[in-house]
Amino acid sequence: MRALVALAVLAVIATGLVLALSDIPFGAPDSRVGPHYNRSGREDTGAVNMVTSVVVGYRAFDTLGEITVLFVAAVGLGALLHRTSRPGGGDDREPASMVLTTGCRYLFPLILLFGTYIFMHGHLTPGGGFQGGAVIASAFLLVYLGCRGRRIGRGWASSVESLGGLVFVGLGLAGLAAAGHWFLSAFLPKGTPHQLFSAGIIPLIYVAVGLKVGVELTGVIDRLMEDTQ
Amino acid sequence: MIVLVSLLVALMLAAALAALFFRDLLSAVIASCLVSLIASILFLFLQAPDVAMAEASIGAALLTAVFIIAIRRTGRYEE
Repeated sequence: MRALVALAVLAVIATGLVLALSDIPFGAPDSRVGPHYNRSGREDTGAVNMVTSVVVGYRAFDTLGEITVLFVAAVGLGALLHRTSRPGGGDDREPASMVLTTGCRYLFPLILLFGTYIFMHGHLTPGGGFQGGAVIASAFLLVYLGCRGRRIGRGWASSVESLGGLVFVGLGLAGLAAAGHWFLSAFLPKGTPHQLFSAGIIPLIYVAVGLKVGVELTGVIDRLMEDTQ
Repeated sequence: MIVLVSLLVALMLAAALAALFFRDLLSAVIASCLVSLIASILFLFLQAPDVAMAEASIGAALLTAVFIIAIRRTGRYEE
């Protein structure tokens, strides 16, 4: 009986979806915003990477919202798994294998460098703050797996996290004050395209976002790993 | 190219089905990690390298780690 009701409800929802979506011309080239971004993205924002010119140029406010979502998720996890005292005593797990330890020792700086490269060159090459931050967090994950006992300093982590958010909002407010048009308006000179120091506030925002995302995701791993010991 | 992509898609489907049907949750998590990894390669072929990067680092590395930690806390086998 319940299965029949579920099937009926599903059929109704499917019919509604099909009716609603069949009129929308997906992929049809009559949308004007995409070609506009492609044409004038470089002049408007100074970023060579079109994805970045949308994510941190035209839609920077959305990105601030995404950062806030990630922040709230990390804070919620920290509040749920909060422990005032770290559990003392030894680690009874068997030590990491030599492959993992060696990989951790030699790969960690390289992965960290790669993540930093990704978010510093977000306006020139594919990638950006989120991708770079996630790569950095995966480097720290390797350390947590391979070099047991090494942990990220909580004080440092929360300072970097807060600083990243403050830089983002501060740049937005500075744009509001300097240009007077809107929050996060591009008030710094755009420079010549293809240069590292170009595209105005975009590289600054991406450095802040990259550090913040990296530290936040590492903090999530840190909380979870601590809870398992 | 089309052969390679079809092969990857078939492998991805197989890994996704394996993740559904494995009784051993650790194997299921590794299979879902494989799904993310192949998805990131396919994103690269579709000329979306930034999505590929995010998928590889978050989907394949961090999410797998979170699932494995969760399995460590609970139980390895499905009843």
